[in-house]
Amino acid sequence: MPVKVENLTHIYMKDSVFEHVAIDNISFEIQDGEFIGLIGHTGSGKSTLIQHLNGLLKPSSGKVFIDGEELGSKEVQMKKIRQKVGLVFQYPEYQLFEETVYKDVAFGPRNLGLSEDEVDARVRKAIELVGLDFDSVSNVSPFELSGGQKRRVAIAGVLAMEPKVLILDEPAAGLDPKGRDDILRGFKRLHETQKITVVLVSHSMEDIANLVDKVLVMNKGKIAYFDTPRNVFGEAETLEKIGLGVPQMTYLVRELRKKGYPIADCINIDEAKNELLKLFKR
Amino acid sequence: MANMITTENVRFEYGTNSGSAKLALDDININIAKGEFVAILGHNGSGKSTLAKHFNALLLPGAGTVYVKEMNTKNEKLLWDIRQTAGMVFQNPDNQIVATIVEEDVAFGPENLGIPPLEIRRRVDDSIKTVDMTEYAKHSPHLLSGGQKQRVAIAGIIAMKPECIILDEPTALLDPVGRKEVLNTIIKLNKEEGITIILITHYMDEAIQADRIYVMKNGKIIMEGKPKDVFKEVETVKAAGLDVPQVTELSHRLNREGLQLSPDILTVEEMVVELCRLK
Repeated sequence: MPVKVENLTHIYMKDSVFEHVAIDNISFEIQDGEFIGLIGHTGSGKSTLIQHLNGLLKPSSGKVFIDGEELGSKEVQMKKIRQKVGLVFQYPEYQLFEETVYKDVAFGPRNLGLSEDEVDARVRKAIELVGLDFDSVSNVSPFELSGGQKRRVAIAGVLAMEPKVLILDEPAAGLDPKGRDDILRGFKRLHETQKITVVLVSHSMEDIANLVDKVLVMNKGKIAYFDTPRNVFGEAETLEKIGLGVPQMTYLVRELRKKGYPIADCINIDEAKNELLKLFKR
Repeated sequence: MANMITTENVRFEYGTNSGSAKLALDDININIAKGEFVAILGHNGSGKSTLAKHFNALLLPGAGTVYVKEMNTKNEKLLWDIRQTAGMVFQNPDNQIVATIVEEDVAFGPENLGIPPLEIRRRVDDSIKTVDMTEYAKHSPHLLSGGQKQRVAIAGIIAMKPECIILDEPTALLDPVGRKEVLNTIIKLNKEEGITIILITHYMDEAIQADRIYVMKNGKIIMEGKPKDVFKEVETVKAAGLDVPQVTELSHRLNREGLQLSPDILTVEEMVVELCRLK
């Protein structure tokens, strides 16, 4: 099992007047190959949590296991953990720095001390995986690409490390609707073909509904829900109370029920279309 | 109605590292009236932000003319009048906040305009109240949420008493609550204070609140009209790399399956009304 969190607590600036409990005694497990959505309003503890998953932050108390190995124990090399758990920060394109796309994507694997052949193979694969054409972009400066392309290059740099778990912090923020669809569909494909475990942080309930197997909902440093999108989005009132929402289709269903129509739960357009056709088409 | 922003045949080119020029704006002619709420949509790289920067003379057109309330932005003598008339709010609130206390940050603009201290005090209090941040006036901005910070940035602009505010993706970094707070603030500024609003956004649910929408693609304006008229052209909007609200897409697809729904549904409420009409 790749990720296991046990009684994790994280306190910022402990024993000062600014002491703040960001994560409050949470436990959960993510199974191999799952696609998890992580949602919660600003300050709910999402970012603090994901930084524990590759050891960027150390727990104030509690344990984090990756592939059965406890982070922070003496035997575990953090370098290996960071290779297994790839973290893509918000606006990763700000981290591009090399003069060509190829060199930028190759930076990580080269630092692993791999042979040039292996580096080359990984760079090619990573660039293809994010949906870019290797021949047309590899020798271009990443700074001459469009915003969406830059972001893909940055993500390719993480994929070239061949992580088993990929954590994405709002990977579609600031992209236009087509760009966001493309990039998110890319993650879905990656998840399906490479069997990578994915943790996706997003503020878009529609994207969460369309993509993930399970949703982890954070509120005030605790886990509010950890369940399928259908079950989680069934709790519209509670989600709204904690500063979140549900997909627009779920709201539509709720309003139609208020009018007395017997309609089943829907979380995306396809489901809503089928349900409404059943109800309204003669 | 009086014009707030007018562009005539505006062209703008960026130079690139490889020496070639990229045409970012291609013959833009638009007209925004005083008091209007206009949304500008377009794919990444369509020229939205470049256009917005022409509205307060951060960029000057390569060809053509931009007028802000009859003031030609090429006239350097009018620069400060133009910037005071049209204020700008950017995507990332952290890049716009300069002071360590909320009210001092809001006071920064009016101080630089050389306004008397008593008037500054009044403007700061009023602006902070308008964005519902009075409770946080003495707080440190860096401990606020994204939505709160963005409202402080907006208060800083309102304190300069602009007649027009241009917001370039002000909600892109915010969570759903933060987005709602900022959008409500924008609507309030428009409806209650009569400030002309130009909102650049990727969120279609924000765009439907506008009086009028411009859609940009590859440096050109390709659509213009009321939200209902723009979004019912589902295919054209999608071909521009954009999206329509989910209910609009749903009604469009139900229509193709033979349900007789109005093509210009934008909200859940309208959808419910339309469906109830079917039975």
